[in-house]
Amino acid sequence: MTDTLVEVQDIKVHFPIKRGVVLDRTVGYVYAVDGVDLAIRRGETYGLVGESGCGKSTLGRAMLKLTEPTAGRVVFDGIDLSAMKGEPLRTMRRRMQMVFQDPMSSLDPRQSVESILVEGMRAHGLDTDRQATAKRLRSLLSSVGLPSTSLRRYPHEFSGGQRQRIGIARALTVEPELIVADEPVSALDVSVQAQVINLLEDLQQEFGLTYLVIAHDLAVVRHISDRVGVMYLGGLVEEAPSDLLYAEPLHPYTRALFSAVPVPDPIVEDRRERILLAGDLPSPARPPAGCRFHTRCPWRQRQRCDTERPALREIAPGHRVACHYAEDIRAGKIRPHAVEPELVEQDVTGGIGPDDPLAGPASVTEALGP
Amino acid sequence: MALLEVRDLKVEFRRRGEEPVRAVDGVSFDVQPGQTVGLVGESGCGKSVTALTIMGLLPKRGPHVSGSARFDATELLSLSDRQMRDRRGRDLGMVFQDPLSSLNPVVPIGLQVTEVLERHRGMSRRQATVEAADLLDKVGIPDPRRRLDEYPHQLSGGMRQRALIAIALACRPRLLIADEPTTALDVTIQAQILALLANLVRDTETALIMITHDLGVVAGLCDEVNVLYAGRVVERAKRHDLFAIPRHPYTHGLLSSIPRLDAPRGDRLSPITGSVADNIPWTTGCAFAPRCPNALDVCVEVTPEMTDDVGVPDNRSLRCHNPVERAKRDGEALV
Ligand SMILES: Nc1ncnc2c1ncn2[C@@H]1O[C@H](COP(=O)(O)OP(=O)(O)O)[C@@H](O)[C@H]1O
Ligand SMILES: Nc1ncnc2c1ncn2[C@@H]1O[C@H](COP(=O)(O)OP(=O)(O)O)[C@@H](O)[C@H]1O
Ligand code: SF4
Ligand SMILES: [Mg+2]
Ligand SMILES: [Mg+2]
Repeated sequence: MTDTLVEVQDIKVHFPIKRGVVLDRTVGYVYAVDGVDLAIRRGETYGLVGESGCGKSTLGRAMLKLTEPTAGRVVFDGIDLSAMKGEPLRTMRRRMQMVFQDPMSSLDPRQSVESILVEGMRAHGLDTDRQATAKRLRSLLSSVGLPSTSLRRYPHEFSGGQRQRIGIARALTVEPELIVADEPVSALDVSVQAQVINLLEDLQQEFGLTYLVIAHDLAVVRHISDRVGVMYLGGLVEEAPSDLLYAEPLHPYTRALFSAVPVPDPIVEDRRERILLAGDLPSPARPPAGCRFHTRCPWRQRQRCDTERPALREIAPGHRVACHYAEDIRAGKIRPHAVEPELVEQDVTGGIGPDDPLAGPASVTEALGP
Repeated sequence: MALLEVRDLKVEFRRRGEEPVRAVDGVSFDVQPGQTVGLVGESGCGKSVTALTIMGLLPKRGPHVSGSARFDATELLSLSDRQMRDRRGRDLGMVFQDPLSSLNPVVPIGLQVTEVLERHRGMSRRQATVEAADLLDKVGIPDPRRRLDEYPHQLSGGMRQRALIAIALACRPRLLIADEPTTALDVTIQAQILALLANLVRDTETALIMITHDLGVVAGLCDEVNVLYAGRVVERAKRHDLFAIPRHPYTHGLLSSIPRLDAPRGDRLSPITGSVADNIPWTTGCAFAPRCPNALDVCVEVTPEMTDDVGVPDNRSLRCHNPVERAKRDGEALV
């Protein structure tokens, strides 16, 4: 048995952009995920951060094979899922579950909580004995902090935080090893958000879970994760243990991202140096050549950054960075300079926005198939 | 004298066959000329309705408003629609969370700016066009002349928010209200917009009401902060005082709930228990009492009034029977 539970190797997800009356012409691709390598260890929490549209959700879905990768491999517990289909894949999927951002849209409003919870168990043949199932549901509800009277109630009778607890309980019914939580707390108010974060931490202890937590909130990710990967325009630009990444962010984008996060402490805020990035995120349908960040990078060096895509390389044990000049930046040998913002034309008719309902399934069971 | 004086503002939505909703339940605060004042609280606590009421932008039917909002000695709540529209063109500007829905989708950006300049500052079309390009430039929109002819959907979210700020500033307001202006934006774009707002209000001496659910945003930007809970201000203090010594258990609870970027991994969060569904009405006692770790018997029997903290150097008011001790927070040294 290896230390690694799940691994993606040079994984790519390119969505075709279709045009024409019957959408029969492919005029380009959205390079949502464009060559990512990462491995998640058994029992750890891996956090994935980056701004909207950088490919976090797509990577999470590709890892579970909910979205078919264009290229690359997914290896779960030593088993290559790439070529796997049908029944074997379905069986594997029990071991990896997903928790979504908006619990309301991922819970069928016509189903009672009991029926929502039993559904997954039934699909995987785990609902064999009525009494055992009832007992298991009660114990799950207590684990996620809901009263056992919840079973007969419907999603709309619960608050946002409670619905997220239902979503988490649903993922747990099939005894998964890996949970991909896509923005699990971003729809919640901070007081409730903290409750759910603590719950996720407790459940990890209780059930020995491995997490991939996807979030745009860097403070949440840093709090909950053992290791963090930072994405920019479809690629991983930096990866390090959570505390190390905060102490020494090396990629210029990570530095800018960290410096932009407001901290609820005026003393810190007054002293902080902000790295303000110029301009907007380029479109993932037209990613810049060379380093994808070079159009906004305050450390960009002519020629090399514009033409040669930096590989993600290990710079210190456990610390990987995709920047040609990471060492020089760390040593202060090259200094940041002003950047002229470039115009980013909005793709009016093109790709689906990250918030588009098309970008995610309505329910886990729908996504996992019968 | 205060530029804006809001007193005991109440807004109730009444719909036939439904329980009335008290969106704002007695909000009072002041804004001094040139000051940046924060209204902070979780969703549903009445921030947006407060802003819309001051701006005269509430829907015509439904809401029942009482109290007072005096701007420069004029009672805004008793102005006619026309007078209010005039005020909005002259003295008051507003920026919303979602710029796309507050920009006109079928009118080019430039025209939306020049319209304001022609109507409210009496400029000719020609002057207005020059000024509009200048404004877009000031809010950091690259290549402003070309942008004048473009439509809102052709701009990114961040650029749209800049355009909206340009429109709000076109009439040189004395008070700008920004309602969650960066909530829909990514964090690096948020940082750009916050820096822009801070510079603009400083340079033009515009007063700003910053509405947000994000205490981090408040920490960096506001002179004075009002913390709202269930339609009322529960604590008000200067920025440094509020964060150094949160006195209201709700403020204290919020600050302990937020994961901080600069806190080491593994520190456990101390969330506020329950949710707003547990609130009791302010008329009974303290709305926060059912969730409050400091609650006493009196809290569910007597409504706490807003009172000043006396005998201390900071200038603070709070609404609480049993505030958090003035001790150090989380072992941090007092400054
Ligand atoms: N099903 C899809 N079809 C076409 N484009 C998509 C689809 N899903 C996502 N995208 C595009 O891929 C990019 C990455 O999206 P996503 O993975 O949702 O980003 P994130 O989760 O980081 O916000 C975005 O540009 C998005 O519009
Ligand atoms: N037009 C309306 N009709 C009925 N209720 C409303 C309306 N607008 C707001 N509310 C209610 O008023 C309360 C306060 O809303 P709001 O001011 O938007 O909160 P915030 O901006 O602090 O999130 C909420 O309970 C909300 O549901
Ligand atoms: S490779 Fe160049 S452009 Fe990219 S982050 Fe490093 S310095 Fe900036
Ligand atoms: Mg996403
Ligand atoms: Mg609001």
